[in-house]
Amino acid sequence: MSTSRRRLLLGGSALGAGALLAGCTSNETKGNDDNDQTKVSGGNNAAPGKTVTIGFTAPAADHGWIAAITNNAKAQAGKYSDVKLLAVDPGRDAPAQIAAIQSLIQQKPDAIVMLPYDGAQLTAVARQATDAGIPVVNLDREFADPAAAFTLIKGDNYGMGVSAGHYIGRKLKGRSGAVIAEIAGIDTLQLTKDRSKGFADTLATYGLRVTNRVAAQFTVDSGQAVTANLLQAAPKIDAIWNHDDDQGVGVLAAIRQAGRKEFFMVGGAGSLDAMDHIKAGDSPLEATVTYPPTMASSAISLARLTAQGKGMEDLVELQVPKLIVLQSETVTKENVERYRPLGFKS
Amino acid sequence: MTVSTRVTTAEPEAVREPGRRMLSLESVKRTATLAAVLLALLVVGAVTRPDIFLDPAKLWSNELTVLSLASAIGVITIGMTFVMIGGGIDLSVGALLALASVWCTTVATQSFGVTGVIFAALAVGTGAGIVNGLLISYGRLVPFIATLAMMVAARGLAQKISGSQTQINRVAFVNDLASGKVLGIPYIVVIFAVVVVLGWILLNRTTFGRRTVAIGGNAEAARLAGINVKRHTLALYALSGLCCGIAALIVVAQTTSGSNTNGDLYELNAIAAAIIGGTALTGGRGTIMGSLFGVLIFSQIANLFTVNNLPTETQRIVNGAIIVCAVLVQQLQMGRLRVPAFAWTRRGRTPT
Repeated sequence: MSTSRRRLLLGGSALGAGALLAGCTSNETKGNDDNDQTKVSGGNNAAPGKTVTIGFTAPAADHGWIAAITNNAKAQAGKYSDVKLLAVDPGRDAPAQIAAIQSLIQQKPDAIVMLPYDGAQLTAVARQATDAGIPVVNLDREFADPAAAFTLIKGDNYGMGVSAGHYIGRKLKGRSGAVIAEIAGIDTLQLTKDRSKGFADTLATYGLRVTNRVAAQFTVDSGQAVTANLLQAAPKIDAIWNHDDDQGVGVLAAIRQAGRKEFFMVGGAGSLDAMDHIKAGDSPLEATVTYPPTMASSAISLARLTAQGKGMEDLVELQVPKLIVLQSETVTKENVERYRPLGFKS
Repeated sequence: MTVSTRVTTAEPEAVREPGRRMLSLESVKRTATLAAVLLALLVVGAVTRPDIFLDPAKLWSNELTVLSLASAIGVITIGMTFVMIGGGIDLSVGALLALASVWCTTVATQSFGVTGVIFAALAVGTGAGIVNGLLISYGRLVPFIATLAMMVAARGLAQKISGSQTQINRVAFVNDLASGKVLGIPYIVVIFAVVVVLGWILLNRTTFGRRTVAIGGNAEAARLAGINVKRHTLALYALSGLCCGIAALIVVAQTTSGSNTNGDLYELNAIAAAIIGGTALTGGRGTIMGSLFGVLIFSQIANLFTVNNLPTETQRIVNGAIIVCAVLVQQLQMGRLRVPAFAWTRRGRTPT
C-alpha cells in the first residue's frame, strides 16, 4: 500500500516535472522579433516578374552565422511574390549535400543558390547544374572552377583582418612594444588563415605585430576556455582581435570573469549581441568588423534577377556581375545604429 | 603462522583482505604517479614562464583558471568514472551537456528565474540519463549503442530547441557562479570540489559504491550475490546524466550562454581523463582521485600551451601521447606486460 502510494507520488511528480520541462523549450520573445536582414528596393526590378523557382542549399546550421544564412535566404524569398524557394536538406557533409543537389537538379529550378560545405568538393555537382542550364549563384565558399557558377557573392576574410588591423593599428600607432592578442577561429580552415594574414600584414604597416595568438573553435565554450588561459599568459594586454562574434560571447564572459579591462577589443562577423555591447559600451568590445550573413539575402535577389534575365538596375550591364565581394566594414559606437539592423543573432 | 590463524578466525575478512589491500596500495601508487606528473607540468611552467609560475599571486590566479576550466569536464568525468567502473560507457555526456545548457537558457525557462534554470538543467540531464539507463538495463541495449544514439539525438534536439543559435543567459545568479568568488575561489570550482568529495564518499564509503565495483567486476556474480543489477545500472546512468546537468550549469555560467555546440567532444575528454586516472574500460576498477588528476593534467597542459603561445595542433599530439603512455605504464604496473627493465614493478607479486 505504502509502496504503491510512493510509486504513484514518484510517477506523478516525474510526469509533472516532465510537463513543466516540456513547456520550457519555447524561445518566443514578445514583440521585438523583427530581426530579419532583407531588403527589397524600389525601381523596375522590384516589380513582380515571371514566377521563378530558386533552389537553395546551405550546410546544416550548427551556429548562429550559418543559421542566419538560411533564415535570411528564406525571409528574402518570402519578400518576393514571384519567387518560390525550394530549400533542400543538405545532410551532414559534402557527399550528402552533393546527393541533395543532384535531386534538386532533377526538379529543374530556374536558379540554385549554393553555400557548399566545401567549395572544391562541390565544384563537380555545381558544374552539372550549370551544364543542365540552371544558373548557380555560389554563396561565400568558392568553387574550385569559376566556370561552375554563374555568379559568386562572398565575404572578405582577408579584408576582415585588414579592417581589424587598421582599427587597432590607428589606436596603437607608434607603440612598438604593444601587446596585441589574436583569438582565431578553427585554425585548420583557410578562412582563418586568410583573416590572420590580413591582420598581420596590416599591423606590420603600423610597425606592430601579434604577440599572443590562440585558436578557438567558433563555439562559446571554446572561446571562453582559450581566453581564460590567454588572459593568464599576458598579464597586460593593449588590444585583442577576436575573429568571430559567436565565440565572442564566451570571450567576453572570460574577460569579465577575470575582471580585466586595461585593453580594448575588436570582434568579427557582426552579431547583434556584439553590436549591443558596442552600443552600450559595457565591455572592452569597441568595434567589430563585419562578415555579414546578409549575403544570403543578396544571393536570393541575384538568383531572382538571373532567373528573370535581368541585371542590376544601377549598373549599365544587362546581367548581374560575375563576382561580388562584400566589404568588411568596421562597426563602432559612432555608426552602430546604422549597422544594428544587419546584426545577426549569434 | 599468522596467516593461518587469520584464515581460521575470520574467514570472509581474510578472503577479501589481501585483494583489497593490494588494490588500495596500487591505487595509491597510481595517484602518486599522477600527482608527480602534475607537479612536473608545474615545473615545466616554472622553467618556461617563470614570471607567472614563480610569482605566488600570478600562480594562484593561473591555477584558479586551470581549475575553473577543469570544472565542467571534471564533474562529467566523475559521473563517467562511476559508469565505467560499473562496466559501462556513456558517449552521450557532451550532447547531454549541450541539451541541458540549451534547455535551461530558453526564454521560457529564464522567465522562471534562477530556480527554473537550475531545475531545468538538472532535470534534463538526469531525465536523459534515466532514458539511457532504461535502454541499457531493461532494453538490453549495449551501452555503446544506447548512448551513441542518445549522443546524436540529444545534440539534434539541442539544435532544434535553440534554432542553432546562442542563447544569452540573463539570470544574473547563474552567471555569477563563474565570476563570483568565495574566499577567493570561484563558485564553480567550489561546486567541482563538492562533486569530487561527494563522488569519493559515494564510491568508497557506501554500499552503492561497493555494488558499482562488484557489478563492473562481474555482473553475473553480483546478481547471484543479490544485487539488483538492472536497477543499479539505471542509477549509474542517471547519476552520469545528473553530472551533465551540473556541468551544463557550470558552462552556462562560464560562457553566460547556452549553445548546442557546447560540450563538443567532452565524451572523449572525459573517457581519456578517466582512463589516465586508472579507470578500466572493462569495469570494476577506478578511483575518483585518479579521474580528478586526469582532468587536471589535461587542463594544465592546455594552460601551459597557451601561456607559452604554442599552437593547439601540437597540444592534441601531446594529449594523445599522454593517454597511450598512461595506459602503458598501468599495464606495466599490473604486470600484464613483461619488460625486463620494469621487473621491479612486479616485485612481491605472487603468481596466481
